Amino acid sequence: MASDKVITFTDDNFDTSVLQAGTPVLVDFWAEWCGPCRALGPTIDALAGDYAGRVSVGKLNVDENPGVTVKYMVRGIPTVMLFKGGQVVEQIVGVADKAEFKKALDKHL
Amino acid sequence: MAAQRREVTIIGSGPAGLTAALYSARANLKPLVIEGLEAGGQLMLTTAVENFPGFRDGIMGPDLMAAMREQAERFGAEIVRGHVHAVDFSSRPFVLTVGDDRIETQTLIIATGASAKLLGLPSERALMGHGVSTCATCDGFFFRGKPIAVVGGGDSALEEAIFLTRFASQVTLVHRRDAFRASKIMQDKALANPKIVVEWNSEVLEMLDPAASAVNGIVLRNLKTGVQKTLAVDGVFVAIGHTPNTSVFKGQLAADAGGYLITHDGSRTSVEGVFACGDVQDHVYRQAITAAGSGCMAALDAERYLESIQPPPITEAASAAS
Ligand SMILES: Cc1cc2nc3c(=O)[nH]c(=O)nc-3n(C[C@H](O)[C@H](O)[C@H](O)COP(=O)(O)OP(=O)(O)OC[C@H]3O[C@@H](n4cnc5c(N)ncnc54)[C@H](O)[C@@H]3O)c2cc1C
Repeated sequence: MASDKVITFTDDNFDTSVLQAGTPVLVDFWAEWCGPCRALGPTIDALAGDYAGRVSVGKLNVDENPGVTVKYMVRGIPTVMLFKGGQVVEQIVGVADKAEFKKALDKHL
Repeated sequence: MAAQRREVTIIGSGPAGLTAALYSARANLKPLVIEGLEAGGQLMLTTAVENFPGFRDGIMGPDLMAAMREQAERFGAEIVRGHVHAVDFSSRPFVLTVGDDRIETQTLIIATGASAKLLGLPSERALMGHGVSTCATCDGFFFRGKPIAVVGGGDSALEEAIFLTRFASQVTLVHRRDAFRASKIMQDKALANPKIVVEWNSEVLEMLDPAASAVNGIVLRNLKTGVQKTLAVDGVFVAIGHTPNTSVFKGQLAADAGGYLITHDGSRTSVEGVFACGDVQDHVYRQAITAAGSGCMAALDAERYLESIQPPPITEAASAAS
C-alpha cells in the first residue's frame, strides 16, 4: 500500500499544500460515511505511489473542512479535483477507474 | 499481464455476485470475482437495511456487504479490483478483458446489477457533484438547511425525500404524473412530512446554473398546463429508477427491451455456460435478498454445468480397483 504517500489536506494547509504547490496536486474530497468514497480509496492510494514526486496526492475530509468544500462548491462525493498553479484543471465526480485518473493526470504533466 | 484460467468467474460484488462466490468457493471451484468500480454494489449507497433476514435490528448496508465479502473470502473466493471492458463468448473458454488483463473462464456468472438512471440533460451532467446527485446518503449532508428537489415518484424517490428532510429545509418532489407509483405506506409517510411538498405533473427542463458551477434552481414545466417556472433549490436528487449494467454484453446475450438479461431454467442465459443473477436480470423484485438468492442459483447452475462438460476425474480408489 502506498497510503503513506497520501497527504491529508485541511482548511488550514490548503493554501500552502495545494494552491501554492510546485507540482500538480490531486485532491480527493471524501467523508467517513460515504460508501463510494471508501471504494475509491485504494485507487487514490495507488496513484499516490505511481505519481510520487510528480503529483502530490491527498484527501480532504469534507466533514472537517467546510471552508475548502464550500469554496469549491463541492456538493457531492467522491469528487476528485486536480489543481495546477492554484487552479482546478480537471475534476472527476463519482468512482472512476485508475485508467481514467491517469488519462486526466497525464494531460497536465 | 498473463492470461488467467478459471472454472468460474463472477462479474460484480453486490449481494448476487458475493453469494455466487460463497457457493462456488464452498464447492471448491476457486471462483474469481471481478468487483467493478462499485465494490459492494448498491447497498454501499444506503444506510440501514431493515429487511435482510437474520438481522433483527437491521444492519448498515456497507457492513452487510463487508460481511458477505469476508464470508466468501473465508472459503477461498478471490476478489480482485477491476472493471470488465469486453467479453467474447464466441469461443471456449470465454474471454474477458479487464483493463490490460485477459481472463479465460469455463463458466461466467454475471452479477453486474443496475445503476441509477439520469434524466439526460447536458446541465445535469455538468452539475454532477455540484448539486446534482443520485445518492441521498452520500450527498444529503451538503444541503443542511437548504431547499432541494427530488425527481421521481417510486418507492426509492419517496424514501430519499424522507431521508433528505433530515438535512434540507424543504424537499420538493417533482413527479411527472398526478399520483405516485410508490407503496401506500411510503406515500402516507412522505405526504405527512411537513418538509415535503409535491410538484405534480411536472418535468424538469433544465438545471441551473452550469455557468456558476453550482445548482441554484431547476426549470419545471407543468405537463397539463404547459406553464414553466423556476424553482430555487441548492440540490437535485434524481431518483427515476435504474438501468441494468449490460452494455458490455450487448449483442452477445439475449436481453429485453430495457436491457435486462433474459434468463431461463434458473439462471441460464442465451449462451450455455453463462449465467446471470441479481438486478441485472430482475426488474421486478430488486431486493438484496432476491439478488443473493439468485446468486446461489447461478453458482449451483454453473457447478452442474461444469460437471456436465467434464465428468469428475476418476478417483484414486476407483482407478486402483479397475
Ligand atoms: C439507495 C438504495 C437503497 C436500497 N435499500 C435496500 C434495502 O433496504 N433492502 C433491499 O433488499 N434492497 C435495497 N436496495 C436494492 C439492492 O441494493 C439491490 O437489489 C441489490 O444490491 C442488487 O444486487 P446485485 O448484486 O444484483 O447488484 P448490485 O448491488 O447493483 O452490484 C453490481 C456489481 O456489479 C459490478 N459491475 C457492474 N458492471 C461491471 C463491469 N463491467 N465489470 C465489473 N463489475 C461490474 C459493480 O461494481 C457492483 O459491484 C437498495 C438500493 C439502493 C440504490
